Amino acid sequence: MSSWRFLILNSHYFLGANNMETFLTILLDGLQFSSYLFIVSAGLTIIFGVMKILNVAHGSFYAWGAYTAAFFIGKFSDMGLPDALGFLIILAAAIVVGVILGFIIEQGILKHMYERDEVLIVLATFGLFLVLEDIILIAFGTDPYFAYQPMALLESVELGGITRDVYGITLIGVAAVVAVGCWWLLNKTKWGTLLKAVIFDREMGISMGINVPLVYTLTFIGGAILGGLGGAYIAPTISVAPGLGTEVIVLSFAVVVVGGMGSIAGAAIGSLIIGILRAIAVHELPQVELFVVFAVMAIVLVFRPEGLFAPAKPRKI
Amino acid sequence: MFNDRTAKFLLLAALVICVGGAFAPNWIVNQFMFGFSRALAILGLMVLWRTGLVSFGHAFYFGLGAYAVAILDSKLGVSDVFLRLMAGAVVAGVAGFLIGFIMRNYRDIFFAMLNTAISMVLFGIVVKTESLGSTDGFAISASTIFGLSPETKYPLFVIITLVGLTAALAVNFYLKTTFGKLTTAIRDNEIRVEYLGFSVAHAIHLKYTISTILAGGAGALMAMSLGQVDPESMINWTVSGELVFVTILSGPGNVIAPFIGSLVFEVLRTYAFELAPQAWQLIMGATFLTIIFFLPGGIWSLIEKLGGKKNEK
Repeated sequence: MSSWRFLILNSHYFLGANNMETFLTILLDGLQFSSYLFIVSAGLTIIFGVMKILNVAHGSFYAWGAYTAAFFIGKFSDMGLPDALGFLIILAAAIVVGVILGFIIEQGILKHMYERDEVLIVLATFGLFLVLEDIILIAFGTDPYFAYQPMALLESVELGGITRDVYGITLIGVAAVVAVGCWWLLNKTKWGTLLKAVIFDREMGISMGINVPLVYTLTFIGGAILGGLGGAYIAPTISVAPGLGTEVIVLSFAVVVVGGMGSIAGAAIGSLIIGILRAIAVHELPQVELFVVFAVMAIVLVFRPEGLFAPAKPRKI
Repeated sequence: MFNDRTAKFLLLAALVICVGGAFAPNWIVNQFMFGFSRALAILGLMVLWRTGLVSFGHAFYFGLGAYAVAILDSKLGVSDVFLRLMAGAVVAGVAGFLIGFIMRNYRDIFFAMLNTAISMVLFGIVVKTESLGSTDGFAISASTIFGLSPETKYPLFVIITLVGLTAALAVNFYLKTTFGKLTTAIRDNEIRVEYLGFSVAHAIHLKYTISTILAGGAGALMAMSLGQVDPESMINWTVSGELVFVTILSGPGNVIAPFIGSLVFEVLRTYAFELAPQAWQLIMGATFLTIIFFLPGGIWSLIEKLGGKKNEK
């Protein structure tokens, strides 16, 4: 960590004033990108960690969150309501999307598949992904949505010679809140203890009287809310258009693979690595933007399939 | 081999299809060309699926095959059908053989994910590289056969059918050899296979290479049938998903299944698209879920049931 600080504090020596600005831009872009990747991937990794489901439909949660938020932000703005309500809408969109979609999918489809092959469940979530993508098209149409109001409301700020949108910076804060929230929930509450027990040994959990089906349902809903939150919070900064979920899901796969599947800390490290690398590529060598992300993913899978920082797993017979 | 009912059926069906194609309207010929091109890749994925392996990244080899054709065409002007097909299959096969050294140690979702990662690396390169056509891809000139350029698509259709026939017979034969029979054995219990004196790693490596050669050939044929290649419809992860989808739809029961499954997929896609252009993915996804839930053996298990279980294997 200290070498990072050294780099930042002394960067003007070897970068020059202009390069200093580029450096700061890359750093902030990278952090913002990491933040949104983390929020989405945290949901993915929680679901995987507890339920052992690699959920392709997670990309759809993200897309649904983005569409729902963008749609209502636009509607509220048209009705002349204050733009500050946008932040409420973002939170509400994430929760509504997560609870409704998460509940329907877990109860309607996945619940009946837990006894079956892991890979088959991945395929089922891919089928769900296709279905959910098209329901978006039917519900929201093919035209893009722009929900710039919350972003315009926060204006921008001068930071070390560059101008940044405050909204983008708050994204980093939201990711931090999500990270701390997850850590607290897992390590400081009774719920977290139950969850860890189920992760460690599902059958033992059941025999100790833990209501595992309920844990599964709530976990899936929680993960879905995080997926929706990622989409809803990013919505004001992008044009919300079809195909949104397709890119995000492979990026989050890369994140959780790099950090180690099923670990929150891993998702944080993975999204930092992927986010910063991608920001560097975008600014310095745009041709390799996508290549870098997946090359890192492939290399990690080849040399440390369990993820860069994943703790050793207890072996069960 | 000729005592084999599957082989007999394949030969007869290929004959009927080739003759029938001469009288069939253009759109039917097209459906068969697309269907049978894809079926080649499905055949390979079926071999992996029988072993319990699902690759969520075979669009890598499919795309390599397709782009081999495109680059031979645009850079060297090669238009011969067989050269193009060979190029696609060889490029993908060599890549698959090399990557197979790593891949043979992976199982379950790690196998699926590593394949995804590798295919997305290629996607990332192609999308951002101007000389590889970037997101627009390439148009491919019409294929020639031994220097002749046919006026209709019929000759290409016959060639695709015959290539499909050859591949199906070859895989059918392979599955009957000892190494081929190890497919289901490995899925059921790897350790016992090792105790029997076989190397699981070697068996999987061979299967993986076979599947990549077939996927490359499929990509090459698809590129020639479509007359164009682009990363979104040849290499992106959704294409891999589509290939897996058709594999599950077909079912692992028999080498005939991929051909039936691919045709059903083409027809399903065409009609779903005509019926509801905004909801065709929905229809596909729902079909997929239905198959996973109610028909784990795919369409083939349905045929087996209708045919009164004649035990083809």
